[in-house]
Amino acid sequence: MNERRTDKDEPWKDPAASPYITIENVTKRFGDFLAVNGVSLKIYKGEIFCLLGGSGCGKTTLLRMLAGFEQPTAGRVLIDGQDMAGIPPYERPVNMMFQSYALFPHMTVYGNVAFGLEQEKLPQAEIRRRVAEILDIVRMGEFAQRKPHQLSGGQRQRVALARALVKRPKLLLLDEPLGALDRKLREHTQFELINIQEQLGVTFVVVTHDQEEAMTLASRIGVMNRGEIAQIGTPRQIYEFPATRFVADFIGSVNLFDGRLVEDEPDHVRVACEEFPNLVYVDHGVSAPPNSQLWVAIRPEKIVLDRERPEGTDNWMRGVIKEIAYMGDMSIYVVRLDGGREVRVTQTNVARKGADAFTWEEAVYLHWDPSSPVVGTG
Amino acid sequence: MSKQGQLAISERIAMRWGPLWTLFYRYGPPHWSQLLLRNGWGKRLVIGVPYLWLTLFFLVPFVIVLKISFAELRLAMPPYTPLWEWVGDKAIAIKLNFATYSFLVHESLYVSAYLYSLQVAAVSTLLCLLLGYPMAYGISRASPTWRSIFLMLIILPFWTSFLLRVYAWIGLLKSNGVINNVLMALGIIHEPITMMQTDFAVYIGIVYSYLPFMILPLYTNLEKHDLTLLEAAADLGARPTKAFFRITLPLSVPGIIAGSLLVFIPAVGEYVIPSLLGRTDQLMIGRVLSDEFFSNSDWPVASSVAILMLLLLLVPIAAFQYFQSRELRKRT
Repeated sequence: MNERRTDKDEPWKDPAASPYITIENVTKRFGDFLAVNGVSLKIYKGEIFCLLGGSGCGKTTLLRMLAGFEQPTAGRVLIDGQDMAGIPPYERPVNMMFQSYALFPHMTVYGNVAFGLEQEKLPQAEIRRRVAEILDIVRMGEFAQRKPHQLSGGQRQRVALARALVKRPKLLLLDEPLGALDRKLREHTQFELINIQEQLGVTFVVVTHDQEEAMTLASRIGVMNRGEIAQIGTPRQIYEFPATRFVADFIGSVNLFDGRLVEDEPDHVRVACEEFPNLVYVDHGVSAPPNSQLWVAIRPEKIVLDRERPEGTDNWMRGVIKEIAYMGDMSIYVVRLDGGREVRVTQTNVARKGADAFTWEEAVYLHWDPSSPVVGTG
Repeated sequence: MSKQGQLAISERIAMRWGPLWTLFYRYGPPHWSQLLLRNGWGKRLVIGVPYLWLTLFFLVPFVIVLKISFAELRLAMPPYTPLWEWVGDKAIAIKLNFATYSFLVHESLYVSAYLYSLQVAAVSTLLCLLLGYPMAYGISRASPTWRSIFLMLIILPFWTSFLLRVYAWIGLLKSNGVINNVLMALGIIHEPITMMQTDFAVYIGIVYSYLPFMILPLYTNLEKHDLTLLEAAADLGARPTKAFFRITLPLSVPGIIAGSLLVFIPAVGEYVIPSLLGRTDQLMIGRVLSDEFFSNSDWPVASSVAILMLLLLLVPIAAFQYFQSRELRKRT
């Protein structure tokens, strides 16, 4: 979805733009446990910002501090320029969609969605109109009189979304919004969420552990690790230019090698890895002193399998195919190098019959483009 | 990623011999207990035992009491007329005597005893609810360690005899009892307050004795509440008090009903507390029943009083059953 966005949809590039949410050096401690450690973030109006990380990385705690369910131990949270310290959840211009949906079991769909508007003491006619409107958007209009236990998982999720959106919040927080849905429904709902977000112009902050979900939804992703932000960037930046070894390893699947910098020119570097004899030639520079230790990451889909020995001395290695997993659109090969290290390679299944396909125990050469490897020190 | 030709032996056998072998391989030959369970006999056995118990010790005595309630008083052993008699060889004469019932309904002593019992039970239930709800709420929101300590404290009084605990209240409430003595020593009052043999004493006794029966079902309900619902309510703009009345209270209705019935039903027939602490000019129905039986030896009247009390209680019991089955249906 990111490809559709143009430069003016990327306010984080504009130094003059003022962020809608500012998180300044926020730290949260639970007893001895440091859940969030000195996080600073700027999120702009109209963004879908995903906080991505494994369980216990502090992403949910950060979200709960935005909603007001937790108070930061240190640091500040500003929403629309206003310091949120001491402001209870029921006075914040924020709504949240809970992971468990937290629908009120004793109320109908209508009652659930109307609840937030009733707190604003709006006239009944207005409440009825707005509830009907939002239920139409999430296509739940005909279920208004059902109780939550009479709904399927996907329907509950849409009611939870409607309940959070009906108050027209400037900021919507979503905690693992698609976690409970099966794969087909999840893909469908992802695009539906993006449509609704564009239609209503709400800023979304989404917490998820599912990188696929983050990739499809997000305008930007903040990868979190042990209470800290590891990297912030667009899905493409995060995937193709991981800033640290952790991000490279966490996002997608990757082959990581430890290496030593042997040649450092402004337009290219050469790296020696212990696990295979040839050098890695990378066509972009790296800012590191010569001979320093660094990591090299090569994505499985950027490696080519070949029966012929590639020319030159760089960027190839030799091995034997140990495992093949046929996935339909592509196949995953696990190749064992001469040194024993296993490398993951994916190849698109272009031909239908696959008569010439690689098989088990076949000796192959692996090679890649000089622009493919990512090299880093962190 | 598994290769062909690497199936486990059991899988290969299963492929050749089909599901029959698979079943046998997994579970072995069927055991008699499995056959029993499969035919539903185990289920019947489990349900049958308590049914047998209830039939022997509840239904049969009830039928006997019902039978006596339709008999007439006589000075003999047993002290009532038989319900049926053989007339000649082939006919049975059944004599139903409704006079006892019409006597009860028209005699103001019994009517007022019934009404007074209902009043005492209703007020006590309300007081238990008002006291018990905040306590149950507090316990359910306490940390797990404190929760078990509090629950222990609620159950602890049961370790002492119920009778002793009611007697203890006499020592507290009587004219030269602890409460009056302390208040007089502090100079707050100059004359002892009459607390014994009043409605007040009965309410204290019943509320004190039955409070755990209100707290425990309420706690069981409140402890299961999903606290994210309250977070959701706050997120949607509801202040904590509003969230309580819109979310917590409606969701705890089953607990309120269960607790109220557990207090109300035994309180209506309560005998010990009003006898020890209560008024002498106004009896509760439990006391009337016992007097008819033991002092007057009028078994037919005593039985009729018992049957009428049961009918009176049948309404709340039926309501309890109804709500309970509705709860069960909701969960499935």
